[in-house]
Amino acid sequence: MSSGSRFPRRRFLAGGAALAAVVALSACGAKTDASGSSSDKAAKIDVSGDKVRVGLLNSLSGTMAISEVTVRNSLLLAVDEINASGGVLGKKIEPVSEDGASDWPTFAEKAAKLIKEDQVAATFGCWTSASRKAVKPVFEKNRSLLFYPVQYEGLEESPYIFYTGATTNQQIIPALDYLKGQGLKKIYLVGSDYVFPRTANKEIKAYAKANGMTVLGEDYAPLGSTEFSTIANKVKASKADAVFNTLNGDSNVAFFKEYKSAGLTAKSMPVVSVSIAEEEVKSIGPQYLAGQLTAWNYYQTTPGAANEKFVKAYKAKYGADKPTSDPMEAAYTSVYLWKAMVEKAKSFDPEKVKAASDGITFEAPEGKVTVDGASQHIHKTARIGKIGTDGLITEVWNSGEPVKPDPFLKGYPWAAGLS
Amino acid sequence: MTVILGQTFTGISIGAVLLLIALGLSLTFGQMNVINMAHGEFIMAGAYTTYVLQKSISSAGISLLVALPVAFLVSGALGALLEWLLIRRLYLRPLDTLLVTWGVSLMLQQLARDVFGAPNVQTRAPDALTGNVTVIGGADPLTFATSRLFILGLAVAAVVALSLTLRLTPLGRRIRAVVQNRDLAEVSGISTARVDRTAFFLGSGLAGVAGVALTLVGPIGPTMGTNVIIDAFLVIVVGGIGQLKGTVIVAFVLGVLQSVLEYSTTVSVAKVLVLVGIVAFLQWRPQGLYTLRTRSLV
Repeated sequence: MSSGSRFPRRRFLAGGAALAAVVALSACGAKTDASGSSSDKAAKIDVSGDKVRVGLLNSLSGTMAISEVTVRNSLLLAVDEINASGGVLGKKIEPVSEDGASDWPTFAEKAAKLIKEDQVAATFGCWTSASRKAVKPVFEKNRSLLFYPVQYEGLEESPYIFYTGATTNQQIIPALDYLKGQGLKKIYLVGSDYVFPRTANKEIKAYAKANGMTVLGEDYAPLGSTEFSTIANKVKASKADAVFNTLNGDSNVAFFKEYKSAGLTAKSMPVVSVSIAEEEVKSIGPQYLAGQLTAWNYYQTTPGAANEKFVKAYKAKYGADKPTSDPMEAAYTSVYLWKAMVEKAKSFDPEKVKAASDGITFEAPEGKVTVDGASQHIHKTARIGKIGTDGLITEVWNSGEPVKPDPFLKGYPWAAGLS
Repeated sequence: MTVILGQTFTGISIGAVLLLIALGLSLTFGQMNVINMAHGEFIMAGAYTTYVLQKSISSAGISLLVALPVAFLVSGALGALLEWLLIRRLYLRPLDTLLVTWGVSLMLQQLARDVFGAPNVQTRAPDALTGNVTVIGGADPLTFATSRLFILGLAVAAVVALSLTLRLTPLGRRIRAVVQNRDLAEVSGISTARVDRTAFFLGSGLAGVAGVALTLVGPIGPTMGTNVIIDAFLVIVVGGIGQLKGTVIVAFVLGVLQSVLEYSTTVSVAKVLVLVGIVAFLQWRPQGLYTLRTRSLV
């Protein structure tokens, strides 16, 4: 899920003003850099004491707060656990938390602050693709590491970003394979009108063409839109076998209410969603979602001792009614992966950490994950789940073994023209 | 055939939502000539009222029925308070009311964020309003969503109630007198200040009712008012300021137009086409569909 669920005009104006300010500021910055300051030098990491600082960069306010606060919660859980077991290279981790405020210029500013002032060893966070794209040049220029925990549309690589959420071939393509395997070959695409759904649907259409599936229609609603009666009518009239849903945030509430009102059910026309996790199911209402499908790498119900421990620890720290979800799991895992890389490199230096990253493994709540050093993505198990009346998601299919990340879809001939 | 009928019904149901959100505004903006930018936040207040009531009343059906009058009173009281505190000082300065009420709208949004949190919330719809009724059976059945039928009924009831109030009650006669000639009404012994406040109470109360209806369609959030207020102003301006008849007709015409265009193009293209159509229409008839000059207020 790659952008905010709402984007009102006023926020846009405010964002625009902030952007102008950032552009002006960075122009000033460029001047000082030219006169010989720290441009293109590796960022300094403060390892003088018995502590090492890491940055947590999440939206703690604004429209994305609902999702990103849960990610920070699980990052803090991982930090606590690691500190309790002795820290990293004998140093305790000291988290420095910054609020990106659901506003991407703010993300860029806070990233620079974490790197330069706090001299963090690595930063964990970001959710929307917009915020990731905004901080990418900051991390690259300062040669500092970002661990990004959310599934995204692929077609990106950065030498200073580790992607611990799914890329396309670990989520969207398995979902399509699953639909195909079920004989659901006529699909309808519904998404929010911005980069993630549009890119994802381009990939889906290319897949469909190569795999004998038909895309009967494609509809986008503006972010935050709540009027879905016509789209529901179109979907119904199309007599599709299934709907592929890349809607973001609250629009899902209106969409699924209308879907049910139109008399469409998980039986008559299943919907597979790629951005509804346990937290969102809880707020949309399980009664509208029961029986529908989702594609992720992790569910709260995923079996295994590592997950039992994770869920138990999370609920003990934040409350028994708080569900765990895929982005939270990927964030939790990312801290442990960083720890393992640092220990293998015997250094906090980003270049050494990167060099040590290939083949690092961790018994994550989702199962064993392995870092692919070349792409800096991780091998993850793909999972299709069915939403239950209790709001939890139960797995109905998995890829059996972790899938090698392929962000640019090089392994798929049909994707040749996409990137 | 069923597609055409179904789509027409969708258009009418979009029109009913538009009508509900514009109805209160047609009283405060159309009749009182006050550009109240906080009208959308009164809609939000109605929606949050539904949310709060549902927390204490377990039956979704009963809480919805209780919410209708309570939301009317809550939003109406907010409107009357706004009128008493600020707007009554600004009747002769319409542009200032725009700025002042815009400020109020921002404050109300922040208040909602502080009280209910930034993330949007949802209400449960009663079971009877989550399904549909089959109008024509068979292999290709025509079904109407019950929630949409309920909203349509609510809109019709609100129009009838407002229309009867303006036409038949002493209060309605006083409102019409003040609208037509404020000074003459004053010297005839009508307390214009009281009429103003009552009209504001009614208009804002109707916004609260619209807020209850919107909880059946989508999520409830601090910015939900800003999302609908532009549509409401469009309906009033195109319908002819001060014209209930124009408001009703234009709401349904825009609803059907939107749904037909949406069906044949996409949501975004349909929005653009509707706006282009409105601009063209206003070039041709800047005063809107109906005008006050006819002297028929209702």
